[in-house]
Amino acid sequence: MGAHAGAGHVHAPPQGFLWKYIFSKDHKVIGIQYYLLALVAVFTGMALSVLMRIHLVWPTVKLPFFSGDPTPEQYLALMTMHGTIMVFMVLTTAPQSGFGNYFLPIQIGAADMAFPTLNMMSFWTTFISFVCLIAAFFVEGGAPISGWTAYSPLSTLGSISGPGEGLGQTMWVISIAFFCAASLMGAINFITTVIDLRARGLTMMRLPLTVWAWFITAILSLLAFGVLLSAGILMLLDRLAGTSFFIPGGLVVSGVVQSQHTGGSPLLWQHLFWFFGHPEVYIAIVPGMGVASHTLSLFARKPVFGYRAMVYAMSAIGILGFMVWGHHMFVSGMSPYTGFAFSLMTMAIGVPSAIKTFNWLGTLWGGQIRFTSAMLYAVGFVTLFVSGGLSGLFLAQPSVDLYLHNTYFVPAHFHLVMGVAAIFGMFTATYLWFPKATGRKLNETLGKLHFWITLPGTYAIFMPMHYLGLAGAPRRYADATAVQFLPPLQPIQHFISIAAFVTIAAQLLFLINLIWSLKFGEKAETNPWEATTLEWTIPSPPPFDNFAGHEPSVYRGPYEYGLPGYKEDYLPQSVEPGKLVTEAGD
Amino acid sequence: MADRSGERGSAATAATLAVFLTVFVGITLYYFITKKWWYPPPINDFGREIDAQFSRTFLITGITFVASQLGLAWVVWRYRANGGRAKHFEGNNRFEAVWTTATIVLFVGLGIFGRQAWAQLHFNQPPADAMVIEVTGKQFNWIFRYPGADGEFGRTAPNFVDETNPAGIDPKDAKGQDDVVTLTLGVPVGREIKLIEKSQDVTHGFFVRELRLKQDALPGMVIPVHFHIDPDKVGEYEIACTQLCGSGHHRMRATLKAMTEADFEKWLANEKAQ
Amino acid sequence: MPGATITDDLEISSTGGAGGSSSPGPPEGRGGGGGGRGGGDGESQPGAHPRGVSRRIYYTGIWLALAAILMFFMSLVSAYIVRKSSADWRAVVLPRVLWLNTAVLLLSSWALEASHRAWQREDAKAFRGWWAAATGLGVMFLAGQWVAWRELAAAGVYLATNPSSSFFYLLTAAHGLHLVGGLAALLYVLSRDWLRLRASGGVAAEVAGIYWHFMDGLWVFLLLVLTLGR
Repeated sequence: MGAHAGAGHVHAPPQGFLWKYIFSKDHKVIGIQYYLLALVAVFTGMALSVLMRIHLVWPTVKLPFFSGDPTPEQYLALMTMHGTIMVFMVLTTAPQSGFGNYFLPIQIGAADMAFPTLNMMSFWTTFISFVCLIAAFFVEGGAPISGWTAYSPLSTLGSISGPGEGLGQTMWVISIAFFCAASLMGAINFITTVIDLRARGLTMMRLPLTVWAWFITAILSLLAFGVLLSAGILMLLDRLAGTSFFIPGGLVVSGVVQSQHTGGSPLLWQHLFWFFGHPEVYIAIVPGMGVASHTLSLFARKPVFGYRAMVYAMSAIGILGFMVWGHHMFVSGMSPYTGFAFSLMTMAIGVPSAIKTFNWLGTLWGGQIRFTSAMLYAVGFVTLFVSGGLSGLFLAQPSVDLYLHNTYFVPAHFHLVMGVAAIFGMFTATYLWFPKATGRKLNETLGKLHFWITLPGTYAIFMPMHYLGLAGAPRRYADATAVQFLPPLQPIQHFISIAAFVTIAAQLLFLINLIWSLKFGEKAETNPWEATTLEWTIPSPPPFDNFAGHEPSVYRGPYEYGLPGYKEDYLPQSVEPGKLVTEAGD
Repeated sequence: MADRSGERGSAATAATLAVFLTVFVGITLYYFITKKWWYPPPINDFGREIDAQFSRTFLITGITFVASQLGLAWVVWRYRANGGRAKHFEGNNRFEAVWTTATIVLFVGLGIFGRQAWAQLHFNQPPADAMVIEVTGKQFNWIFRYPGADGEFGRTAPNFVDETNPAGIDPKDAKGQDDVVTLTLGVPVGREIKLIEKSQDVTHGFFVRELRLKQDALPGMVIPVHFHIDPDKVGEYEIACTQLCGSGHHRMRATLKAMTEADFEKWLANEKAQ
Repeated sequence: MPGATITDDLEISSTGGAGGSSSPGPPEGRGGGGGGRGGGDGESQPGAHPRGVSRRIYYTGIWLALAAILMFFMSLVSAYIVRKSSADWRAVVLPRVLWLNTAVLLLSSWALEASHRAWQREDAKAFRGWWAAATGLGVMFLAGQWVAWRELAAAGVYLATNPSSSFFYLLTAAHGLHLVGGLAALLYVLSRDWLRLRASGGVAAEVAGIYWHFMDGLWVFLLLVLTLGR
């Protein structure tokens, strides 16, 4: 067990607006900063997708901010930036750096993260990354059009390969490079904190599953982002310094022979990108799994079913996550034998995911389920993860993927897991922890209304995409009717767009709830949910040093709900055994 | 005192959730079973093989999907709070062992089962008498090249590429004199075809639905695939680009024209004349 | 809204080495070296973490950072291996000065180890002397790398001349940049007062040493890749 945050926290709170709110080193402030960044990013990303959905169904409608009829490259730019903003600035920030920063130290009984200054630097580096990314819209040529995956040579030849491929693509790469640095800083902080700053009595197997999830996610980040950074540097050199890492020779682009490049490998970019890219999607979902497990147990009033198995399953997902990247490349021209090996590993990674699903059901079975908004979103996470995860089984097999690759079946799959399930994880965490962070509860009526539009709404958007994919409709098409077998599928596109408009509009309910409740929400006491973990033992909102100088001691696991023989149906982790009230009243 | 106000209407919420999940399963199954929007019928054995593997996958994932979602629906309804205590148990190792084993067998088994189709395309080489056609992707159309009577392709180089010579054939190479370059992929039915995929600029993706064939064309690489078409499946099939290649990605389509041997010879001669 | 003071832990560079845990005794010790909370080193600078927070976090942190750095370089080396198999590969001739530079870098690690032994003897002067020698040798290494670059440039070999030269410049630049970071750490330790260093248990020096030795080993590995890879 690591050394613990001893009693006697000595430092004084910072003075001045700049040090309290802007360059704060307090993990709670930094967590909120990341959350707010993600909030701005997610609404930006949704706005981009609204513009995309309008264009696909009403191609002649003039979109706001665009002069004239939208061009195909404008559509592709919207798509590229939508993907990049959502994957990096939303899914890789809020679940891990937002909620993790805020609650990981508290859940382990620490006064702050191991390296508060590094923490502050990691947020501001992320912010710079976001600014560089948005700047791509405004530079000459506009935003890049090569997708968030930026395959070479489309992304490395410069503007000759397409509009937006000039300075826009360069800004994109620079943004990603900053993001990699920020993520690595964050990962070092998270892992050190979990290893070294746990409170007395808090063994690894007594950690809440949220902490396990943040821990495993941080390890994935630590090992994956360095690879993306290296790939980004190679790409920048190809674009700006005349090297040929990813650009082969013999190219003729728009009639111009590209004699300055020889011998590079587009496949090399794909390998490097996806070596990062696959762990990245687990970075996006694992924190949500942690929050879901945590919340399901809390509101079912019984322990997580198979805590150890959950830990092993998340660890297995993490490890296997580094061995499956080739399943994005079955038809790329990579060796088919390698492809088959990747396929078997990918089918294998479905196993721990299935185990987690069964354990979630087991957690609910026999429970006393309290349907708060947080619980609804946790249940929503499970159904979405099942739906989205199972379509992965089709894509994991190269023979079936031959047909489905790069059709709408792929966005159907990844949106359900990343674009919805992971987001539901964030909603769960928000409804669960908003009272602790602000001292007020979110409005439950608005919360439930939000849920009941969003769950059917997101299913209405993304389930039909499977059918588009089965019919063979390729993705990333600026014109959804361009190929002759596509027009009969337009009714589906129509339906998806309408569903998207309604569902995205409903997210305003969430925003309204957040803002309104900050001022007018019902006051929350210390432990409104009758929960066991350490964050529910400190005031809402917490004092600046969390435990006010008293390091807690932990006496039991994090999910002691429903234990027979006690007056309460929950046993907080830090209450001494002698102080628990039994059923007999003593 | 804990605030339980959020849980008012517990039965109504539980019921709605359970009903929603059940209806959702029903709607999803309906569209998958009635095949309202589905893939077109295959035109060769390979396609049938792929479809068989798809059906096996669909069966296993379908059963898992229905069982999980309905299971979730049932537990949220049955175990809504009613004022009592939850059943306290922390897990069941035997269950874990059983469903882990079952999942491994099902998922990995499924993957191994699909080996046959993948092997057919990529591990097994086409017969030596396969007709070889070169497919080149460029921004934003496909070019097809036939080796002509001498059975050999002429040398190409980027500096020869222009409107009249889209494949960039070296005019000095004798082997290239009889090459036929077309914008339509004509093939005879009933015969093994070997496609050699190339790209002149960025990555493109060659896709024909009815063949169940997809292969990216990467610049700097030469990638072979092969297929044949059933003798009774004469017709026109669409070729779409499936790897994002720039602003014209969506309009980079071509036609695969499957003809009888006789018609094919006529067609090729006609193309050569142009 | 809660926050932390700016004067406290800029972790590696803060006084006391660790944020506040500055007793030279065992981590749980409350007495030793001055008692009271916030420092047994005579410092009045408080840290974010209460005393008792182990200096261990700096060791954990540096090993994690090295793991991430290793992944970065391994990724570049994988790219190198793949790129090497292309037909246009013409191995760059490695300037001979690289071997001298390597010797210099190895010497600097050896000097650091000598300073470590001086530390254990509590010999302030020897510690400082060896540490300064290591720092100086580090600077010499970087100067030597620059010389290697000039040699190649004089032969007309630049970053984009061919893939082999691209990797050469990239790998040496990346390593050099990381080494500059290491130099900053060495200079920081050099600038600290002996008593403060002792009071912090020498965390900064140890952690800087771990980083430096790793960069040393990394350089040897990269040179092997560049040499054997021809």
